[in-house]
Amino acid sequence: MDTKKTSLYKLHQDCNAKFVEFAGYQMPIQYSEGIVEEHKFTRNHSGIFDVSHMGQLFIYGDDELIKDLEKIFPLDLENLKLNHSKYSFLMDKDAGIQDDLIITKIREGFLIILNAACKNDDFKILKDLLNEKYKMVLDENRSLIAIQGPKSSQILNEVINKVKDLNFMSGNWFLFDNQKVYITRSGYTGEDGFEISILNNFADKLTRELIEKGSKLVGLGARDTLRLEAGLCLYGHDLDKDKTPVEANLKWAISKERISKGDFIGSDIIIKQLNNGVTKIRVGIKPEGRIIAREKTKIFNQSDVHIGEITSGTFGPTVNGPVAMGYVENEFSKKNTKVFLEVRGKKYAASICSLPFYKKSYVKGAN
Amino acid sequence: MTEVKYSKEHEWIKLEGDVATIGITKHATEMLGDIVFAELPEKGSSVEKDGTAGVVESTKAASDVYTPVSGEVVDTNQAIVDDPSKINQDPENSAWFFKLKIKDVSEMESLMNKEDYDKFAKENA
Repeated sequence: MDTKKTSLYKLHQDCNAKFVEFAGYQMPIQYSEGIVEEHKFTRNHSGIFDVSHMGQLFIYGDDELIKDLEKIFPLDLENLKLNHSKYSFLMDKDAGIQDDLIITKIREGFLIILNAACKNDDFKILKDLLNEKYKMVLDENRSLIAIQGPKSSQILNEVINKVKDLNFMSGNWFLFDNQKVYITRSGYTGEDGFEISILNNFADKLTRELIEKGSKLVGLGARDTLRLEAGLCLYGHDLDKDKTPVEANLKWAISKERISKGDFIGSDIIIKQLNNGVTKIRVGIKPEGRIIAREKTKIFNQSDVHIGEITSGTFGPTVNGPVAMGYVENEFSKKNTKVFLEVRGKKYAASICSLPFYKKSYVKGAN
Repeated sequence: MTEVKYSKEHEWIKLEGDVATIGITKHATEMLGDIVFAELPEKGSSVEKDGTAGVVESTKAASDVYTPVSGEVVDTNQAIVDDPSKINQDPENSAWFFKLKIKDVSEMESLMNKEDYDKFAKENA
C-alpha cells in the first residue's frame, strides 16, 4: 500500500519538514526549528498540528442511534447536549481498549475522532456492532487541523470570527471561505486550543492564514512531548487491548449513570474492577536526575522486584527534565513511592508522581 | 599540525601527542535533533576501538556513542552532561565528549579525513 499524504503535504515541504511514516501516512515529525523549540512555541504562543491522518467518523441517526451507541460506549449520550464532546473508548468484551476517541453530538448524529492506526478497524467493529443500521462515513474528504497554545484563540478568531466564544469540549459549525468547518475547543497538548475539521481543498489556505497571523507548524515529535507533559495517553503505547480504562486510571471518563445500569460492552469487567480494585494501574513516573526512561523500561521496587513497565517516556522541554508514565502493581502506585528504572543495564532512582507533569487551566468560559 | 579524523559512526577525533579528544560531528547532531541527555565513559576506564563509550539522547531516541580508537579515558566533559544542548551548539569544538590516552596510533589510519567524511555524510544523510 502506498503511503498517503495529507492535504498539507506541500505546505510541510515548504516549511522544511522532516517526514516519518506514521499509520500509513507521510507525516511531519519536526520542522527546521526542532522539537524543543516547537514544543516551547506551542506552550508560549501557538502551534498548528496537521492531524488529518486521524479518523473523522460521522454516524447519522436519532434517538435509536443514541440507545445503540450507549450499548457500546460508557457514556451518558442521552444527556449529551448538542455540540458537546466527551472523551471515551471503544472496548472489547473484556474491557480491553481497542481505541480511545472523542465523540461529539452533532445535529445529524455523532462525529467521532479516532486514532489513525485504529480508524479502519474501528469502522468495521462499529459497523458490525450497529448491525449496519445507520449511515456511517469515515470522511477522507476532510482534513483535521489543531491549533494549540495561549495565543491560538486570538489567532484563530482573526481568521474565523466568534470562534473564541466556544467553551472547552464543545464545538460548532463556522464558515471559512464560505465553506462549513466544524470546530471544537479541545486538544492534546495541555493548552487551550481548537481542532478544525475542514474540506481538504481549503486546509492549505486556512493553515497558511494561521501562520500569517503568527502561529507556526509543529510536528508529531513535539506533539508527543506536549501530550506526555500533559499526562495524556497515546494509544498503542499507554493504552491497548491488554489494558482497561480502570487500569489506565481513566475511570473519570466512565459515566456513573451508566455503571449503575451496567449494560455496555465490557461493563462486567469495569464494574468488577471498580468494586475490587485492579492489580496494575497507570501512574506518572519522575526519574531523578536527567536519565530518560523510554517505553518498555522495566520498573523495580526497593527490594529489586519487577513491578511494572514504562509505556511512554521522554525529555519534557517545559518541565526541563525527564518525564514518563507506565503501569505498576497497585500497591506501588502511591504518589512519592520510590522505584528503580532499568536503563541500559543500570538501575536509576525515580518516584511515582501524580499527572500531569505540566498543568495549565483550560478555558471553560468564553474569553 | 594535528589533523582531525572522522569515523563512519560520526565521531571526530583530534590527536595531540598520545592524547585524543573525541566528540560527535555536526552532521550527527543534525540527524539526532535536540540533544537532551549525554552519558560519558568513566574516567580511568578502558575503551576498545568501535566499542560504545557513551550515549546521547534526543527527545525521540537514544543513540550510542562509539570510540574510533582504543585507550584509557583520561578526561570527560562534564559541561555537556550538565547542559546537553551545548552539543547541538558547538559539537566539533567546546562540546567534546572524552579524552583518551591512546593505545595504538595505527588505529587512526583507517579513519577518514574531512573531505572523505563530508562526502560520506552527504551520501548517508
